[in-house]
Amino acid sequence: MTNLSFLFAAYAAIWVLLFLYIANIARRNRALQREIDELRELVNRQGTAPTLRQETQR
Amino acid sequence: MATIRRLLDAVLGPLTGLIMLMAIYMVFMYVPTDKFQGIVQRIFYFHVPAAIITFVAFGLVAIASAMFLWQGTRFWDRLAHSAAECGMLFCTIVLITGPIWARPIWGTWWTWDARLTTTLILWLIYAAYLMLREFAASGDQAARYAAVLGIVGAVDIPIINRSVYWWRTIHPAVLVTREGGSGLTDPAMRATLLVSFIAFALLLGWLIWIRNESARLQDEVDHLHQRLLSEHY
Repeated sequence: MTNLSFLFAAYAAIWVLLFLYIANIARRNRALQREIDELRELVNRQGTAPTLRQETQR
Repeated sequence: MATIRRLLDAVLGPLTGLIMLMAIYMVFMYVPTDKFQGIVQRIFYFHVPAAIITFVAFGLVAIASAMFLWQGTRFWDRLAHSAAECGMLFCTIVLITGPIWARPIWGTWWTWDARLTTTLILWLIYAAYLMLREFAASGDQAARYAAVLGIVGAVDIPIINRSVYWWRTIHPAVLVTREGGSGLTDPAMRATLLVSFIAFALLLGWLIWIRNESARLQDEVDHLHQRLLSEHY
């Protein structure tokens, strides 16, 4: 391997690691945000519907 | 608080990208080639800032962990967890770029030198920290155990720093000096190192910021799950 190849390998490793980590966080944040939106909708829907306890007390 | 969050969201990422581009330009176009090591010495400009930023990140883990043990708030726990993950990323960069640089200069990928070994130990300590966070049951107790490990692990940082003086090692100790001719003597090299360091510091700040946001969203998901369960039963 030439010195240029070592230099290329080092910087390539840095950028691949950084890119993978940032992409992973971005993907995780998008998935969590989607889950929050769905759960909020469920909470809102449940706010108008009777709970299991209310139903069993009836 | 919301204004600061919006401002950081808008500014931190682009600013980090801009300074990083400037650092890359300086590393490959501006800085002169080292007379002794040749072109491969340019690894130095990202390897050294990554090492210093690793210490900053794990130092932050220790401080945030201590604050969490003292105050018990989720803010400090989230910050410690985020900083540990980012610290691991930078420590991995150090442990990968170091051997790639060592091979043409020292003639070996790895040697059980004091600084290399203590750095590997640091990586293993925080790998254990992250595994504890991942696999232990969620809750305050796991967070407390992790906080203790986060504080104890940081003890390795000053050992790594002093290792080149305490033991006989082949790892260079001096970065910048005015005497003796070792270290960076060219002002362009010092300027490049400084810009790279600023770029890595901003990168750490931005990564902790987005990772912390991830932890905050996870907390909100957990809270909504609990609310749904409590309303249902």
